[in-house]
Amino acid sequence: MLLLQGLTGRKEQAQLGPAHPISALCPDLQKSSELFTLTYGALVTQLCKDYENDEDVNKQLDKMGYNIGVRLIEDFLARSNVGRCHDFRETADVIAKVAFKMYLGITPSITNWSPAGDEFSLILENNPLVDFVELPDNHSSLIYSNLLCGVLRGALEMVQMAVEAKFVQDTLKGDGVTEIRMRFIRRIEDNLPAGEE
Amino acid sequence: MADPVLFEFLHTEMVAELWAQDPDPGPGGQKTSLLVLEGMGFRVGQALGERLPRETLAFREELDILKFLCKDLWVAVFHKQMDSLRTNHQGTYVLQDNSFPLLVRMASGLQYLEEAPKFLAFTCGLLRGTLSTLGVKSLVTASVAALPACKFQVVIQKP
Repeated sequence: MLLLQGLTGRKEQAQLGPAHPISALCPDLQKSSELFTLTYGALVTQLCKDYENDEDVNKQLDKMGYNIGVRLIEDFLARSNVGRCHDFRETADVIAKVAFKMYLGITPSITNWSPAGDEFSLILENNPLVDFVELPDNHSSLIYSNLLCGVLRGALEMVQMAVEAKFVQDTLKGDGVTEIRMRFIRRIEDNLPAGEE
Repeated sequence: MADPVLFEFLHTEMVAELWAQDPDPGPGGQKTSLLVLEGMGFRVGQALGERLPRETLAFREELDILKFLCKDLWVAVFHKQMDSLRTNHQGTYVLQDNSFPLLVRMASGLQYLEEAPKFLAFTCGLLRGTLSTLGVKSLVTASVAALPACKFQVVIQKP
């Protein structure tokens, strides 16, 4: 191994003893949410450098979220034992009370059902993605947490539901709450090859 | 608290999206795309370091800082301790993780060895960033002989 050649000489094993006093000093660091939040922040910062306008950053975040959602649904179904949802109301419950709880540790409330039952809103009291975030003035059209919309769309597509998810209110932009509007578009039919059932 | 799986999936997606896509590909284009991921890791490491209470900044010795990375930082980020820490007592440290979480799902053995470096760049930056907040300038590189074990080499830059 190339890398280790420079390490001749007095190479010694440093002892990694048990309990280190630091652990007691920084319980905050034990929470992995900060890692996720900070990493997400670094990603948005990088994308804002890479793309000239905010719309493209929004698109890119949505696309990355979609790719994550497509894979996350498998993890979710395997861990949660949730069966097939029979209507959109049930879907809303599972998203808010099980999925958001499991992955972000929050439970958004569900409001504003459309009369037809094909649209509802998720109200996020405290969105963990935006901890330590302040939007600079020149990014007024950036939808900071747009990754979430992609995740929702990608995950639901894998269980045969085409939906649209979008932010309609955001505390980062001075709104009182953060609201994601979910709209059911259609059920995706199983695409079996001809002659197979 | 965010589930650890979220970080893993986000990291995978970052590698996939940012790997080939460097806005300023200089000579040796691949090297610079590693730098983008490393730079993001650096910022995250810096911020994690800033979240430490004041007391932790009062490390007496370099070795204590490295031990801190191996234990506390690794537990906070990857939910496990680093497996070993070696040093030549001249500012070079080798941190070894025998089952690095970001590689565990990929393979066990030599398959995908060529792909492995992409998945280490962010973490190299993370270590360098945390060290930087703790007042230590360093160079961090990583190497993999067989997945999922990997070694991070930290070379302290003397002022």
